[in-house]
Amino acid sequence: MIATIVLTGFRALRRDRGAFILSFVLPIVFFSIFAIIFGGMNGDKTARVSVLVVDEDRSATSERLVGALRQEPSLAASTRPDAKKGQPELPEYMAASAERAVRRGDAPVALIIPEGYGVNRKPIRILHDSSDPVAGQVVAGMLEKIVMMPWAVLAARNGGGPVAIEMRDVVGENKRSPMIAFYAAGIGVMFLLFTASAAGGTLLDEAESGALDRILSARVSMTTLLMGKMAYCTLLACAQLTLMFLWGAAVFHLELFTHLPGFVVMTVATSFAVASFGMLLASLSRTRAQQAAVSTLIILTMSAIGGSMFPRFLMPPAMKTAGLLTFNAWAIDGYTKVFWRDEPVLHLAPQVGVLIGAGVVIFLIARRFARRWEYT
Amino acid sequence: MADPLRIESVVKRFGEVTAVAGISLEVAERNCLGLLGPNGAGKSTVIRSIVGRVRPDAGSVLVFGEPANSAAARAALGWVPQELAVYPLLTARENLEAFGRYHGLRGGALRGAIEWCLEWAALADRASAPVKTLSGGMKRRLNMAAGLLHRPRLVLLDEPTAGVDPQSRNRIFEMIEMLRGEGTTVIYTTHYMEEAERLCDRIAIMDHGQVIAEGTKDELVARAFGGRSDIMMRFATGAPGVEDWAGARGGTLAEGGAHFTVERPTEIGALLDAAAREGLEVIDVTLRRPNLESVFLHLTGRNLRE
Repeated sequence: MIATIVLTGFRALRRDRGAFILSFVLPIVFFSIFAIIFGGMNGDKTARVSVLVVDEDRSATSERLVGALRQEPSLAASTRPDAKKGQPELPEYMAASAERAVRRGDAPVALIIPEGYGVNRKPIRILHDSSDPVAGQVVAGMLEKIVMMPWAVLAARNGGGPVAIEMRDVVGENKRSPMIAFYAAGIGVMFLLFTASAAGGTLLDEAESGALDRILSARVSMTTLLMGKMAYCTLLACAQLTLMFLWGAAVFHLELFTHLPGFVVMTVATSFAVASFGMLLASLSRTRAQQAAVSTLIILTMSAIGGSMFPRFLMPPAMKTAGLLTFNAWAIDGYTKVFWRDEPVLHLAPQVGVLIGAGVVIFLIARRFARRWEYT
Repeated sequence: MADPLRIESVVKRFGEVTAVAGISLEVAERNCLGLLGPNGAGKSTVIRSIVGRVRPDAGSVLVFGEPANSAAARAALGWVPQELAVYPLLTARENLEAFGRYHGLRGGALRGAIEWCLEWAALADRASAPVKTLSGGMKRRLNMAAGLLHRPRLVLLDEPTAGVDPQSRNRIFEMIEMLRGEGTTVIYTTHYMEEAERLCDRIAIMDHGQVIAEGTKDELVARAFGGRSDIMMRFATGAPGVEDWAGARGGTLAEGGAHFTVERPTEIGALLDAAAREGLEVIDVTLRRPNLESVFLHLTGRNLRE
């Protein structure tokens, strides 16, 4: 009897693709993603911390220090911005330009060796962006390791003592709630994708109940219907994100009301993009059950790669790049610019452009696939 | 003025299956045409061709002279699909408002249409109830109302009584009769012959994607059986030789008795006399005219609901 029950269960599972995917495919996908992130697959290719190095001292000791930083495998030290292919080399970072670069998010840390370091051991300044709380600590730790090397110890004896470090959070120093915007955006976008998937799924519900046929036999075209669904989904997503950020402002002191223009622009762009995703999933799926299973798989994968579950700055470079294929990454980057870096709305152009552009293209693809509902 | 519906040589195939095999039909103004046939006969495909949801592979469908799926045809048509094609989480009124807007109604016209529909469907007192809380019959009536908000001149009812209890069915019949009283042209699909007999002026019997007979009920019966009637005689238990006796007079044993088809109803007297002479004790005798079910059986060799 028990064997029959077990056999029946497995037979049903085999034919329920949704449950099958959730039981076997999703765990494998997630295991693989996190294995790659934490280096299980790529072994020695863990993320290196990018650090901008400014040598104001220009002494032999400081030059040896810069050289040692460059050779440190866990750091990606650079003294000047990368020039575009075929362009002449750009000037080296100065303290001010390095600080601006950190504020912009070009790198999480800048290390400034002050003039007089080699002679009287002036403290080394580390300027960091606390939205990446690990990078500053990694650089400080590596610096302490380097100054324990024999040449550095000798230089210290000659120069008057061990190295001192001053750390300053140049982006978050005046913020009351670092990382809240990041989490609001990250978690918000992930749930927005679920919302969009459910809202798009109403198309399948209507197709299955016959309501879609009835609507299309009235004065409603397929394009109008999809646009209506898209508008509904966009508004719903806007409301959801607004609620989340309002909650963040009320409970976690997120500075929402001083960043309203950027918030509105990013919220509309993000909502539009995820709404198109919902339409595409619905138009590609044959049944609601299939759509639910596929959307869970895709959304969780996108969220893992795109930074909703795990900060992208901690991911290996290849994974960081792969994240740019997701809405999550672009939305989180945009919200980070608004709330963390206090950047003007115009600086959101890349994120908004990608989100809106992708939304339009995906909507058009969804419209193409929705032709199957128009006539039989 | 063009007929409400003119279908000419419509063919529709789904892969290797021919759902509709060259059907031609006309429906006159204010008439009710019944499409009668078993499941899979092609009734719903014909209906969906009329509302523009199916593109025929050949032939044409004109609604008041306009091609099916044109804006003019859509405006003139009201379709009540077989499925409960309403929003289950919305109230009855909200459903009517949504479908009214889909048909282009706004403002006072929409409000008026909703009130009319709620009254017509006897749902006024449940207007604010979510659909999922309504009874099966109420849902069916709402399903009908949602297709008639824009007061179409031609209404297509695709098995509107499927799965409802007899009381609700009667209520639906009354609604349809009200529509007919207002001069609306109706096309009604069903596989219940008593519904077709009650509601329809003309009946088209479909089977295997074709119209195998069309006319009034009397015409169909007369065409199939002429003036013949059926006689069913039942005998006391244990009456010997009934089968031989019936067989000798052109009858058969069926449904627990002897079944005869006779040219004139008066032949019943002769049969009763013969039974008495044979010593057979007759306990029940029924004379009946063939009905649509008999016609269908006669034409196809199958029952309507097989």
